[in-house]
Amino acid sequence: MNVISPPSPIVKSVKLSKLYNNHQVVNALNLSIDAGCFCGILGPNGAGKTTTLRMLVGHCPMDEGELSVLGLAMPENASLVRESVGIVPQMDNLDPDFTVKENLFVYGRFYGMGSEELKIRTKELLEFASLEEKADCKISELSGGMKRRLTLARALINKPKILILDEPTTGLDPQARQAIWQKLRELKKQGLTLILTTHYMEEAERLCDRVIVMDQGEVMADSPPKELIRDEIESHVLEVHAASEELVARLKQDKSLARYEKSGDIHFFYGEKLNEALDRLEQGKHDDFLFRPANLEDVFIKLTGRDLRE
Amino acid sequence: MNKLAGTLLFLSRSTSIWSRNIRVWGKLAGPSLMGNFADPLMYLIVLGYGLGRFVGEVEGMTYMAFLASGVICTSAVNSASFEGMYSAYTRMEVQQTWLGMLATPIGVAEVVFGEILWAATKSVISVGAILIVAALLGLVENIGALMILPVAFLTGLCFSSLALLVTSSAKSYDFFLYYTTLFITPMVLLSGVFFPIDTLPSLVQWVAKVLPLYHAISLVRPLMTGGEITSIFMHVFILIAFGSVAAFIATYKIKKRLIK
Repeated sequence: MNVISPPSPIVKSVKLSKLYNNHQVVNALNLSIDAGCFCGILGPNGAGKTTTLRMLVGHCPMDEGELSVLGLAMPENASLVRESVGIVPQMDNLDPDFTVKENLFVYGRFYGMGSEELKIRTKELLEFASLEEKADCKISELSGGMKRRLTLARALINKPKILILDEPTTGLDPQARQAIWQKLRELKKQGLTLILTTHYMEEAERLCDRVIVMDQGEVMADSPPKELIRDEIESHVLEVHAASEELVARLKQDKSLARYEKSGDIHFFYGEKLNEALDRLEQGKHDDFLFRPANLEDVFIKLTGRDLRE
Repeated sequence: MNKLAGTLLFLSRSTSIWSRNIRVWGKLAGPSLMGNFADPLMYLIVLGYGLGRFVGEVEGMTYMAFLASGVICTSAVNSASFEGMYSAYTRMEVQQTWLGMLATPIGVAEVVFGEILWAATKSVISVGAILIVAALLGLVENIGALMILPVAFLTGLCFSSLALLVTSSAKSYDFFLYYTTLFITPMVLLSGVFFPIDTLPSLVQWVAKVLPLYHAISLVRPLMTGGEITSIFMHVFILIAFGSVAAFIATYKIKKRLIK
């Protein structure tokens, strides 16, 4: 029997820190990501997600700590590391002067790839991104979803071992988003290591093997999404909208209630069963409520608070 | 990796930037050539004929022949400066093309050098076009005038580096007007494009001789008219010195701007 040793971490950081104007954006981050993992990084705006991703590829000097990617020390080996990493940036930076096909071709040139090799690779990637029919179109003729798929295809031109995606589906319609998800799952099956940031909990929950919640430059939680929901939060949530104080007071008497929060005119009751509260609501006239299983968004809010981050 | 392999890799990566730009240029060559070539040509012909009648001979040549060298150098300066400012800024900030390049193994220095090479190539293209017309007008003395092309490249290297240095601090396109109005225009007026600078007060002459355009003209004019070039090494040195210092600082500043 072949014994396959567990893969050494493909990304490893020790006390990685970054300061901007004396503000600790990434604070002593210890990170270890294994090869083949689909890892999601969640966090409110300014949590340090993008900065962390930028440090992984040498686009941001580190202030303290150690970082290695693919076993190579950063940032000294940034260029070498980027030979085996694909990057899908937050903002599309496709070349508007070129067609879809040319975008892939010219980008491959930046890796020093030859014409023949690129012809084959471009064809494969157009197929992967379902853009064969758009091969000779200008970028301005593409929809948002097509642009994102092309950006994804472009990031794969060098057959990377790690794919880094910074909010890959922001601003896309549900169909376009699902199309991207499908492509990402395919890549995961091929054995790529994927690291993604997102504001969509559903995205992280569906795609990722592992979710890291960051806030103010620190890791708040780090587990598979199902475990996060199981371990970090009560099993169910009762949301009551625009209820009177009297009703809220009565609902709070439920013995299985573990936690209560109010945000605007929505009252959140967290607990296991919340039978008593539900009975009361069903007997009464107030029908503007929702009882549901807790999800990743509830975990996220619990860990990072309800304050707006701007 | 040894030094030679490192240099070759640097050059091949810069060349990939250069070839990306020339590919774009190929798509828009018509309007681009118009600006780089028709504009200076009009100056040459209109001023050459119009003013030439009053001026007569300058430094032993017709005014148009005198002016042609100046216009050729100005065109090299303008092509490279425009490319290093407006086009480079678009790629750096507006389209974020450079960030896309930096996601590959390419580094900032390679991007900057690739852009400098490309802008200098544009100088050669526009100077080449003007040179053909100048030859047809009988303003070129002999085949030695082909040596103007490498001088145009050198002038392009120098002024694209300076332009990229300006771009490295630019917050918007408007910023470039400071540089063109306060530096390029006075330099063009004072460096011997339109008249020999020995008519100027000695202090102004001294300023003109410190600036690189004067040295480009000092190389081009004898090449156009079959005259003898004096102090060739000094002229070349000044162009290289301005260019390499500017390129070095520009790279440093652009690195600070993008890798932060």
